[in-house]
Amino acid sequence: MTLAAFSVQNFGAQAQEPRRGGTIRFTAPYAASFVSNDSHVSNQIQDDIYGKALHRSLYNWDSANNKPVLELAKSVEVSADGLVHTFKLRDDALFHNGRKMVADDIIWTFTRLMDGSKSYPAARYVRLLKGAIDVEKGQAKEISGLKKIDDFTLEMTFTERTEPGFLFNAATTSIYPAKEAQAPDFFNKPIGLGPFKFVEHVPGSRMVFERWEKFYKPGKPYADKLVISPMGEAAARDVAFRNKEIDVSILGPTQYVAYKADPNLSKGILEVAEVFTRNMGMNPGFKPFADKRVRQAINHAIDSELIIKRLVRDKAYRATGWLPLSSPAYDKAMQPYDFNPEKAKKLLTEAGYPDGFEFEWTATPNESWGMPIVEATIPMLAKVGIKVKVKPVEGSALGGIVAKGDFQAYIWSNTSGPDPLTAMKCFHSATPQSACNYTTYKNPTVDKLLDEAGTTGDVNKRLDLVKQANAIVYADAPVWFFNYNKAVLAYQPWLHGLQPNATELALQYFEDLWIDASSPAAK
Amino acid sequence: MLPYVFKRLLQAVPILLAVAALVFVMFSVIPGDFASTQSSDGRSVIDAEAVARMNMQFGLDEPVHVRFGKYAAKLLTLDLGTSFRTRQPVVNSLSERIWPSLQLAMAAMLFAIAFGVPLGFLAALKPGGWVDMQSMVVAVSGLSLPQFWLGLMLMYTFALLLGWFPSFGYGDGNPRYLVLPAVALGVAPLALLARTTRAAVLEVMNADFVRTARAKGNSEVRVMRWHVARNAAVIVLTTLGLQFGSIMGGAVVIEKLFAWPGIGSLLVDSVSLRDIPVVQACILLLVLFFLIVNIIVDVLCALIDPRIKYS
Repeated sequence: MTLAAFSVQNFGAQAQEPRRGGTIRFTAPYAASFVSNDSHVSNQIQDDIYGKALHRSLYNWDSANNKPVLELAKSVEVSADGLVHTFKLRDDALFHNGRKMVADDIIWTFTRLMDGSKSYPAARYVRLLKGAIDVEKGQAKEISGLKKIDDFTLEMTFTERTEPGFLFNAATTSIYPAKEAQAPDFFNKPIGLGPFKFVEHVPGSRMVFERWEKFYKPGKPYADKLVISPMGEAAARDVAFRNKEIDVSILGPTQYVAYKADPNLSKGILEVAEVFTRNMGMNPGFKPFADKRVRQAINHAIDSELIIKRLVRDKAYRATGWLPLSSPAYDKAMQPYDFNPEKAKKLLTEAGYPDGFEFEWTATPNESWGMPIVEATIPMLAKVGIKVKVKPVEGSALGGIVAKGDFQAYIWSNTSGPDPLTAMKCFHSATPQSACNYTTYKNPTVDKLLDEAGTTGDVNKRLDLVKQANAIVYADAPVWFFNYNKAVLAYQPWLHGLQPNATELALQYFEDLWIDASSPAAK
Repeated sequence: MLPYVFKRLLQAVPILLAVAALVFVMFSVIPGDFASTQSSDGRSVIDAEAVARMNMQFGLDEPVHVRFGKYAAKLLTLDLGTSFRTRQPVVNSLSERIWPSLQLAMAAMLFAIAFGVPLGFLAALKPGGWVDMQSMVVAVSGLSLPQFWLGLMLMYTFALLLGWFPSFGYGDGNPRYLVLPAVALGVAPLALLARTTRAAVLEVMNADFVRTARAKGNSEVRVMRWHVARNAAVIVLTTLGLQFGSIMGGAVVIEKLFAWPGIGSLLVDSVSLRDIPVVQACILLLVLFFLIVNIIVDVLCALIDPRIKYS
């Protein structure tokens, strides 16, 4: 289901026998530094990147089939009511000190994540386990929903029907060695279950790893060494990539055009429809936006195709609803709002705004979903009588502003996957604005569909219910459906084994990557 | 001299407290807080309950004056607090970053002194001459070129085209990694030093005591070394001290561009994540560094020129 495009050359390379040895020189493109050596404290994707080398979680993301898969367990049995999950854990997963992972390590890790005095970001996932909230509030020391049957059998009881694969696959839920992780100097040299062992961290410059010989996947990882350099500056990454100092680089719209036009660089481009929907959220507390016809008019008034083509340089897919192309509930039959200013004018007249109105639009400087996009829409909206007053804000302030409802309209890129039900729950009236129902959307039919989807054990039925909810939200247009992100990764010709990860293309499973002899770091 | 140094150090305390208060107030009034930055990239959502818990944990739910009181009290005991994002003492983060920042600042300053002072001196020897004209071009360019752009151009030319230096990173102590960021950071101070040196030398060369020295039959080399250079050095040294401020400020851009693991890149990340204790500590450290450098400069000026008396 993932819409990914490998170049022909890379597919050819996949067929080669993987080569052992050498150094993979990866980049973390979202900041100048990693937050810390403790993967539990940060939910930034930047830290997930090194987390995939050092750690493992109960589940992992299968990029090829676009779904979560068991990682630290061999099998799972689910009770008829969907609340109790019994995991048969791997008995061959060794921490980097050689000790076997057991059920106690998972129990300790999840209990740590619920430490109410620490506010670990993954607490929101673990909180669905029975008794987890009691630990968070300091009313219990153990999570009653976690029960060790034996060293390699673990029972989890949830408070509601859920798919734990969507909860426990990120580095924020990495399983730590229970006893060792309590040592005071553990995070100076952390150990995990991942394919690479920690060697050193020079904050702001690099994190270095070496192969873990006893990794549970035979023959993997292939590379001897892995160096991950945080490089938040796209231009600097570009020079380093062209200079063959790094093996991968995430591309922005401008670089995407340049790389595609270059006969050599264009051979190594991986494109994926990521699970993000770029949108303009409209606050129904601002009178005109309370009317569905006004919101629909905005969707008709903006020529999204043109903006995607000219401004976003085709580094996006036109949105046809909230759920993106890579979602298992994506509905191919959905069509985008057509660019139709006449229809927009008609809808505005029907809504009582024949002369249009003025609104304030909160936007960050982001080139793909911020100020440049807003500026492009201003003349389009003006043609139907809508005036825009731009309110610029800094990127890190947007989340707080939107969560508090302190806006008339905002433009943002929000996660809309990989779990379609979780993504659509942001349009459930019970979801507070401070969580993710930013447009305070309320539709009893959508609520009913989502509630039913949450209780059914039939996967296909659940997807169908979610699709229906998505279609209603689309028609109600609480947002301007702009585009789905197309993530683009440039890679060197000697790097093989990249995965089209729709949850975040920069997240790669390093045990599957290998470099051929033509790499400058092949030895 | 020692009482003077001690007095200057004491004077630094209220300056640091004033800076701390200013930074504190600024980060209290600008939009955004640590909890809300957790979802600022739109990837993950964070509910109000979690935000409230975080704010309580980090003391952000208290009134500004209470928070500042607690912060100032801690600061007086040299406790810089705990980082919101790493949950570790701020001093740990700083200690990892000080040495790379010092390396970069010193290298940039050495570059600026090594090229800026001789260029200014040579320009002053023949005002309006070829060297003087060239020094003007260097000065105007060096002061007007944006550091970010200059850094990229250096990367492009000396890493990509010529392959002489690596384009980014810290390396394993190999000075090759230091060259490009140090040059990018040092060009602006070089330009200013060149112009300051030129002006200082010209001024001293026209002074009465230089004319007297020449009239007494001193050789030109001796006049330049003992009378011109020594007297001009005071002005140049003072400029040098002030330039450390711009060096440390420029490091914020350059360190991020070259993936250099210093205080600058730590500061950038901490600002964007609203990790206020780290931001405050970084700024205080930069201010303290600037103050100390200027005290050292004052002492050196007094040693060079006995007419300068500090009391």
